[in-house]
Amino acid sequence: MVLKSVEKTRRETLAYAAIAGLAALLAPRMSMADEQAVAAEINKLYGDKKFESGKIKLDVPEIAENGLVVPVTVDVESPMTESDYVKAVHVFADGNPLPGIVSYKFTPACGKASASTRMRLAQTQNVVCLAEMSNGKLHMAKASVKVTIGGCGG
Amino acid sequence: MATTPTPRVRLPAQAKPGELIEIKTLISHEMESGQRKDAGGKVVPRKIINKFTAAFNGKVVFEADWNPAISANPYQSFFYKAVDSGEFTFTWKDDDGSDYVAKNKLTVA
Repeated sequence: MVLKSVEKTRRETLAYAAIAGLAALLAPRMSMADEQAVAAEINKLYGDKKFESGKIKLDVPEIAENGLVVPVTVDVESPMTESDYVKAVHVFADGNPLPGIVSYKFTPACGKASASTRMRLAQTQNVVCLAEMSNGKLHMAKASVKVTIGGCGG
Repeated sequence: MATTPTPRVRLPAQAKPGELIEIKTLISHEMESGQRKDAGGKVVPRKIINKFTAAFNGKVVFEADWNPAISANPYQSFFYKAVDSGEFTFTWKDDDGSDYVAKNKLTVA
């Protein structure tokens, strides 16, 4: 009887510990966007259209020491003529409070579909880049960035 | 940090016809994301530049929609294929409705 009650308590304790541990793991991520949020944003833009790989060169550092200032360069292969050019480029991240980072609109006058900026990353996460061509084709590229100090500022 | 944002633009003053030039822009702005809390635990309201537009002789050539994930003092570079001489107008649109404008001449010869 005594042994049984001890057993039960230990089991309960373990269960509580497991729940607490899980909660601690999940808690900091609660307010963050995740892959689903990024997928939802993409769905909002393009529905369930298919994405091809290639054509996009997404240049981000493998390890970012400071998440407040992470350089990001997108370079899409295209002749950039009136009949064949890159219309739009969207960049998302799956571990920030909000999934969107930047959306570019290019025109044939650009001559080259390439742009650089600097972004904030709250934690180690994936950066997803989409490119929409003038002929309606869609391309996607993904890169992961390890962030040493998060850029969420609180 | 309530100073007026100052845009800075770097591009070549002269280019050959058909030459690809890189335009680099920078503007001083805190880009308050609306995610941060102040010392009293109150959320600092969002105030960012949400749109950057580059136009050449009045025609828009490049646009960027910025989200709160863009760093403070936002930098943006892009390319332009020089054809004719003219003037660039760069516009940054703030959440509070104000516009910051910079103009740069380009001579093509």
